[in-house]
This record gives sequence, structure tokens and C-alpha cells, in this order.
Amino acid sequence: MFDDLRDLYQEVIFDHNRNPRNFRVMDNADRKVEGFNPLCGDRLTLYLKMDGNTITDASFQGSGCAISTASVSLMTEIVKGKTEQEAEDLFKKFHEMTTGKDEQINLEAVGKLAVLAGVREYPARVKCATLAWHTLDAALKNEQKSISTE
Amino acid sequence: MTNFPVEKIRADFPILAELIRNKPLVYLDNAASCQKPQAVIDSIVHLYSHDYANVHRGVHTLSVRSTDKFEGARTKVKDFINAASEKEIIFVRGATEAINLVAQTYGKANIKAGDEILITAMEHHSNIVPWQMLCEQTGAILKVAPINLQGELIYDEFEKLISDKTKLVSVVHMSNALGTINPVKDIIAAAHAKNIPVLLDGAQAIPHMAVDVQDLDCDFYVFSGHKLYAPSGIGVLYGKQALLEAMPPYQGGGDMIRKVTFEETEYNVLPYKFEAGTPNIADVVGLGAAIDYLNAIGMDKIAAYEAELLDYATEKAQQIKGLRIIGEAGHKGAILAFVLDRIHPHDIGTMLDSLGIAIRAGHHCAMPVMDFFEVPATARASFAMYNTKEEIDVLMKGIQSLIEVFG
Ligand SMILES: Cc1ncc(COP(=O)(O)O)c(C=O)c1O
Repeated sequence: MFDDLRDLYQEVIFDHNRNPRNFRVMDNADRKVEGFNPLCGDRLTLYLKMDGNTITDASFQGSGCAISTASVSLMTEIVKGKTEQEAEDLFKKFHEMTTGKDEQINLEAVGKLAVLAGVREYPARVKCATLAWHTLDAALKNEQKSISTE
Repeated sequence: MTNFPVEKIRADFPILAELIRNKPLVYLDNAASCQKPQAVIDSIVHLYSHDYANVHRGVHTLSVRSTDKFEGARTKVKDFINAASEKEIIFVRGATEAINLVAQTYGKANIKAGDEILITAMEHHSNIVPWQMLCEQTGAILKVAPINLQGELIYDEFEKLISDKTKLVSVVHMSNALGTINPVKDIIAAAHAKNIPVLLDGAQAIPHMAVDVQDLDCDFYVFSGHKLYAPSGIGVLYGKQALLEAMPPYQGGGDMIRKVTFEETEYNVLPYKFEAGTPNIADVVGLGAAIDYLNAIGMDKIAAYEAELLDYATEKAQQIKGLRIIGEAGHKGAILAFVLDRIHPHDIGTMLDSLGIAIRAGHHCAMPVMDFFEVPATARASFAMYNTKEEIDVLMKGIQSLIEVFG
């Protein structure tokens, strides 16, 4: 019935929505930043544990749509072990994948995040996918405040 | 259903024939904005093709024709809400501008530090923020009457909040987030017993029921044309003449003056005192055409038909496991807001869109209502006179299927 949506709602997204990874409070977090999308009311708190400039652990709490939950869940998995610079690079590639022109897109560079490429066709939903990454960006820049996608 | 000519009405709305994602459009976002009948579209085309010039300004033929159509629409609005005079009908951009107008003119002139403005917990942001701004400017205090879990105003609490300090009551006639229709006659009687004027936000009520401002005895009534099958960018402030006469003007400029020298300006009479500058001529004419269209059907018939639609939709929705209706007031207009277990409203919105069904997902400009029900957002199907039972079946089938897909 929802054939048209197969690119947007891939099985991996449903899976992460049902069972989000790293969905917990981190008591000893070095960074804690809140992300908020006022348009849809999505809210998340992102926690990072750092060793120098390497992210050693990432977790989150909050509620959002399937796209935003899957996006933050996947993100917390993929950034573990990455340096700040590597994470920022990934953010840039992710951003290009979700908003950029076709020729800029390099699905291989983003690994399993590629399952979120479908949002490009749904402008109203792009922010759902990028909220996690904007929040990470703020956390890495050590902005201990709320960030909003608006 | 009771022989309401819905198929004939549907044929009058060209957009209803659109295919969305290759499926027939099921338009259930009417509380956000309604679609327009051909008669409204034609009225604008006709004006620009044959009768258009600026209004109130010229002696030439087109200016006279344009003015006649423009002022003719004002009379239609007056009759539609049964105001006592055209002087009480002020054209504005919409409900939002109308409320801001009252806040910045009536409010500034009459509300002082320590005074209170009373609203309810189910207001649209447009009936919250203008009062907060006024409170900031004057030192007045905004009081909020609570609602219960059905989404109804707790009337006793409301009455208790009316005090000697209350200088204005401003409440929504019908809630856009919940569908609740407030007991506005009781509210008005209670406020008037203490000589407090009442503003009704009629943005949602106006397309769904016959509104008689004299019978209601409200002091101000505001609505937007775009929710009444008329163009966007046009709306109405109704105010009782004596109140409007006593109020300072809103904006300064052309049309709102009678005589200007550099020493002083004499303001124009009502309603022009509040209509500075060239008005939205074409959309006023479109609003007049929408009213003609609705009158030909009959607001009471529309209300009865929509009540059947709402009952049908509510009954079907209640059969869906995991669906919770947000807003179950005893007296309710054709709005069905809901949430689904573990499925976010935005996902509902996108999934239904892929089936050609347009609903709204979000906070509906009523964030305090979302907070009260402890949901980040809701999905909302809002019905209009051109919707059918069959469309509701399509909606419910869509909801069932997406629940299955989410698993
Ligand atoms: C109850 C209510 N009041 C006010 C408004 C504001 O109307 P507008 O945006 O047309 O000014 C709306 C529109 O959504 C509404 O539903």
C-alpha cells in the first residue's frame, strides 16, 4: 500500500525506530546538548563521552518521528570511535546527501547512513533527519545550550 | 446521508479533481485552510478582467464599479454574521491581524498595569501572543482558564477567574486543535454581568455554523476568509459600533482620514478609520462570492452534514486499536485530532500523503494544548462540507495500514 514510500521508510528505519540504539541517559557525559525541532515538536538530548578529541561513547534520549529517531540512533552508532574532525566530515557528507544536488552525493562515504538518502525527495522531512547531526555539531563545538533546526 | 448535495458541491471545487501521487486527493486539512469553489475563483478573475480600479478614490467608471463590488461584499459579510451595520465590519488580513488590531487599539487605550485579560488554555497562538505583547507593553496580566481531559473549558474555573481587574475576555469560539465549541453565550453573559467586553476568535467556527453576532452579543468577532472558502489574505474584524467609535485608529495613512494638515488629522468615519491604505480589493470581492456560495447551500445544512461526518469519523476512529482521540468535548465541530501508539504524527502525515490524503501533523499553533495532553504533536483530520463518508473510509483504511507497516 505504501510502495511509493519504500525509499523513505526502509526496513532499517523501522528497525531503529522500534529499537533505538544507545537510547539511554549518560550520567558521566562530557557533552550534553538538546536539539529541538519546533515545527514537529521533536526533542532529543544527545550525550557524548570524549577522550581527547575522540568520541568514545554517544547516547540519546527523546521522542521524535521514525526518521529522526532512526537518524539519531544510527548516528550514535557511527560516531563512536571517530575524532571530532571525522564526525564533522561525516556531518558534511550527510548534509550533502539529504539536501545536496545529485552529483554531490556519495552514498559510499556515509556508509549505513545511506538509508536516509530518501528524505531528499521529501523537503518537509529533511529536518527530521538532520536534527541529530545539528545537535552533534553543537555538542562538538561545545555549545551547552539548546539548538533548534528553525 | 441526509440529502445534502455533496457531489454537486464537490464539482464546484476544481482542486478536488487533482491527483496527488497518482491517487484522488482526499483533502482533510480544512482547519488549516479550505479549498475554493469556482465561483470564488471566477469572481476574482472577473473583477480584474472587467471592473478593477482603486476604491473610494475616483469618479471614473471603473473606480465606481470596483467600489460598489468592494462595499457590496462588506454588506454581504454584515448580513452573513448579522451585524447591525456595515460600519461594524472592518476588513483586515485575517483573524491574526484582527486580534492584534484590538490589542493595540482597544487594549492600549483601556488596559493598564495590573489589569487582567482572560483567555482559555485552548487558544491558538494568535489569541495568546498579541495579549502577551500588550501585557508586556502595559503591565497587564494574562489569565488562562483551564481545560479538562476531554478538551472542554472548565467553566466554573473560568467564571472564578473573572474579577474586577478583568478588562477583556478573549476566547476561541471553536478550537482548531481539539474541535471544542465553547459555551460562548454563557461566557459572554458572565463577562457582561461585570461590564467586561468579549472577543470571540471565530476563525474555526465561521465555516461550520451560522454565526449571529447580535444574538451572541459578543463585542468583537474575528475570522479569516481563507477558512471560509474565500481567498487567503483577507479577514474580518467585527466590533460593536460604540466600541469601535471610541477606539483609537490602528494604522495611519490614506483612506482612514477625513482631513489632513501638518498640524492635525481628522480621522475618517467607521469602518474606514481602521482601513488605512489601499485594501485587498480582489480578495474582499472573493470573500463576498464565498458568502453568496455558502448562503445558497445554507449554513444550517452545512452544520448538520458536517456533524454526520464527524460522528461517522469518530465512530470509525474509536474502532482502531492504539488510536487515541485528542479532544472529546461534548460539543464539537468537524475536527478529529488523534495520536497513534508509538507512531509519530509526522510519519502519519507522510504516509497518508502517499495515499493522496492531506491531513495536518504538528502542534497546530497551539503548543500549550500539546503540553496539556503531553503529546509533542497530533495528527488532525479536519472536515469541510465537500468531504464524504467514502473519504473517511479511505482515511481509516490508510491509518490501519500504516499501523501494520510500523508493526
Ligand atoms: C482558532 C484560530 N484562531 C486564529 C487563527 C489564525 O488565523 P490566520 O492565520 O488566518 O490569521 C487560526 C488559524 O489557524 C485558528 O485556527
